[in-house]
Amino acid sequence: MPGNDTDDISVELQYPMALLKESATPDVPTKIHARVKARWKSGFSESSFRKILYFTGVCVLVLLAAIFLSLVIASFPAIRHFGVGFLSGSTWDPVRGEFGALPFVVGTLIVSFLALIFSVFLSLPTSIFLGEYFTRGATCTFIKSMIELLAGVPSVIYGFCGLFLLTPLVRSLEVKLGVAPYGVGILTAALVLSVMIIPYSASIGREVINLVPADLKEAAFSLGATRFEVIRKVILPYARSGIFAGILLSLGRALGETMAVTMVIGNSNFIPTSIFSPSNSLASAIANEFTEATGRLYLSSLIELGLVLFVITTVINVLGKVIVRQMGVEG
Amino acid sequence: MIHLGESLSGIRMKKVLSFVTILLVSVVFAGVGLAKDVELIGAGATFPYPLYSKMFDVYAEKNGVKVNYQAIGSGGGIRQLINKTVDFGGSDAMMSDKEMAEAPAPILHIPTCAGAVVVTYNLAGNPKLRFTPDIIADLFLGKITHWNDPRISAINPGMKLPDMNITVVHRSDGSGTTFIFSNYLSKVSHEWNEKVGSGTSLNWPIGLGGKGNPGVAGLVQQTPGSVGYVELIYALGNKMPYGMVKNAKGNFIDATISSTSLAANTELPDDMRVSLTNTNAADGYPISGFTWILVYKEQNYGEKPEQKAGEVVKLLWWMTHEGQKYAEPLQYAPLSKRAVEKAERLIKSVTYAGKPVMK
Amino acid sequence: MREFPVRKRILADKLFKAIILLLSFACILPMFFILFFITSKGISVINWNFLTQLPKPVGEAGGGIFNALIGTLMLIAVSTLLSVPMGVLAGIFLSEYRKGRLVYLVRLSIETLQGIPSIVIGIIAYVWIVLPVGSFSALSGGVALAMMMLPVIITVTEETLKLIPDSLREASLALGVSYPRTILKVVLLSGLSGILTGILLSVARVAGETAPLLFTAFGSPFMGFNILKPVNTLPLIIFNYATSPYPEWHRLAWGASFVLIVFVLGINLFTKLVTRRWKVQF
Repeated sequence: MPGNDTDDISVELQYPMALLKESATPDVPTKIHARVKARWKSGFSESSFRKILYFTGVCVLVLLAAIFLSLVIASFPAIRHFGVGFLSGSTWDPVRGEFGALPFVVGTLIVSFLALIFSVFLSLPTSIFLGEYFTRGATCTFIKSMIELLAGVPSVIYGFCGLFLLTPLVRSLEVKLGVAPYGVGILTAALVLSVMIIPYSASIGREVINLVPADLKEAAFSLGATRFEVIRKVILPYARSGIFAGILLSLGRALGETMAVTMVIGNSNFIPTSIFSPSNSLASAIANEFTEATGRLYLSSLIELGLVLFVITTVINVLGKVIVRQMGVEG
Repeated sequence: MIHLGESLSGIRMKKVLSFVTILLVSVVFAGVGLAKDVELIGAGATFPYPLYSKMFDVYAEKNGVKVNYQAIGSGGGIRQLINKTVDFGGSDAMMSDKEMAEAPAPILHIPTCAGAVVVTYNLAGNPKLRFTPDIIADLFLGKITHWNDPRISAINPGMKLPDMNITVVHRSDGSGTTFIFSNYLSKVSHEWNEKVGSGTSLNWPIGLGGKGNPGVAGLVQQTPGSVGYVELIYALGNKMPYGMVKNAKGNFIDATISSTSLAANTELPDDMRVSLTNTNAADGYPISGFTWILVYKEQNYGEKPEQKAGEVVKLLWWMTHEGQKYAEPLQYAPLSKRAVEKAERLIKSVTYAGKPVMK
Repeated sequence: MREFPVRKRILADKLFKAIILLLSFACILPMFFILFFITSKGISVINWNFLTQLPKPVGEAGGGIFNALIGTLMLIAVSTLLSVPMGVLAGIFLSEYRKGRLVYLVRLSIETLQGIPSIVIGIIAYVWIVLPVGSFSALSGGVALAMMMLPVIITVTEETLKLIPDSLREASLALGVSYPRTILKVVLLSGLSGILTGILLSVARVAGETAPLLFTAFGSPFMGFNILKPVNTLPLIIFNYATSPYPEWHRLAWGASFVLIVFVLGINLFTKLVTRRWKVQF
């Protein structure tokens, strides 16, 4: 059944899905190309067409390299001025020209990991639900579509709803706890973010759980295991790395999320002290201060924040996708 | 087996596709040809944004010239002007000598009006509080933490202040309002001057950040027990209470058009880069400031046609003359006669390729 | 013999299933909340004026989102025109040449590109287009969005074309059709529905983007059709109005959110339905 399931999943999630199935595609094309090449010696349109194809491929490569280089070149004044201390500097003081990224790195990491923990509580059960209990049928399609729609809602709308619906709730919680009633802050941002990243881990988790070989499960069942025990002792261990990869991918998404976080994080350039503190993430700091960074050092420091963000998200994303690809080979 | 039906719909598909492509291309390129009318782009301070948005709306109707002003903060206005991505910048923070030196060419500060920065807060019953300079400084330094602090009660006898946490709200973006406020605090508080200083983006010791004057107003409105600083119209427009401030002569002054104008009644330098905070005016509101439109003195840059430079100058002239009548209804202090004279001189000095634009 | 433990195990199993069911349905609750609130607060704002008027200055009642609607459409047009040709060709490249150094590197680049946060893309578009041109423009916004659409279009094209069996290619080549023609007119057209779906989905994604437009498209209170000038878009207007303190603007933001979410989710649902019908049978 190649292709049947892929169409049901939103496009953003298709590529990781496809990686799982890649190993199933036989290696026929290279033989065809050899045959075609041998047959067609003439036909200038073919070679120039191939050249165009190659060229487009190279263009993609060049685009990525250009993006990276532009970031590095534009952050150069800051890199030269602060060096490695930029990452550990905890003061972000535009007046004195002292820029350190630590408050934003800490803010980003805390919010993202917190969001991850919240979301796994919901996405893992959903993966099990869709991958094991209800793998076909109306309930399955309904829940799957709903989850994918979650991924389709624009970030600014999440932020808007978070600002007007969630913030008052958090504020009354803070009043009850006797903490400063900001309303906005790390907790609110993590809650909003956790809903946004559910689809990414839920979909991949569902796929890998679905892919667990039936004979393994049936062997366990025939030995008298309950479904719970089969899930706990056979399916989850088997699908462990795939689930982990899905979690990594949603982490990658959480790290780079800008709008929803900016609207509810409180915009404070200090290292947060508690879950209720206002804070700033790398992305929201850039969004807030980019258009008005006066002075070359200020602007290049902000761009260096972008470079740091680029490196962190790339590492996490590529790691996740590599694991997903390996899962395909394993399965 | 390939369904023939598929390939037939393929042909129809191609027709639809080519139609869509032509549609898209024409959408994209139509605009380039169509737009012959001049559009000026400005960016900067949120401080005068209510006034500017009214002014530019009227100006577009009367003169047909559209002025697109985005309120991204004074810091943004300065930065975008330096980058030459806008025709003019709006700022309530005058550029420092260092910033002027860094700019690619000389920049003029044309004043458009004066405004007041008020200390607004969220307390039940909207009481009218009085503040002294050191109390304001200590509030924003985080040294006064509860509303029923004895120092606040001392100058507000008879007011019942609750035992609530004080939540400080400040600007998260580069702001001229912050500049005026911190400029004032640096003058009146030694500790503030050393710890924080004055500027458009500060290393605030404490508090939440809101984007723009609207952001701060929004946060204060929603957070009980909070205190923040905004331009007067933002407090009035949202029916938020604000306090009276003790000025240099020892009088507690409320922020009004007249008290702002009185503060502006001071020695004005030719380049109009002057601070109006803590002036000696007996009845002047101490946290006042001008807001300026920043333009390059020499308008011939980046392939700007001469006609556009003429439009910029016409706009500046209109804003400092006919446009002034929109200031008072919005609680901004219009320019005094002396200020207008200085502004006229600056506008007349704008040149295009060396020749003055204004004839 | 061992009845007690078995009963406990069965109980644990049933309990587990109940928890899983509960949490899964809890997962989709946020979706319902969002849809409910946006619809209830937004639908009353929608009227002819709202859709056809320009925004009014601060403090004045009324006003609409017409320029934001046009701006969103303009940006979609620019980014589609920029990303589709290159994306489809690159997707063809990947599906035709499945192994090799270049292919591996290109795949890696696409994965990386897809993961780049949208605000970093905005920085790039600012440095590449806004600074040299000297003004904010729809063009720079379109470039930023095109960079975000590109990985999705390439991936979808590659996946769709990979599914088309080689027998189709071979048959065409055997009949004497040249290679470029085979690819473009036979293989590509067979996979057209899948590719169009992918394009539609990436359009839905960028229609809701705000971060990269903050310093490229910039926003504008006016109507504009010129791509070399700033434009307003739905997400930008939502962001600006939502973070303002004016209740009137909040109201408009709910209305704009409603329009945006109907548009984006509408495309998503449409592609789901259509994909089922247009699936090419082999």
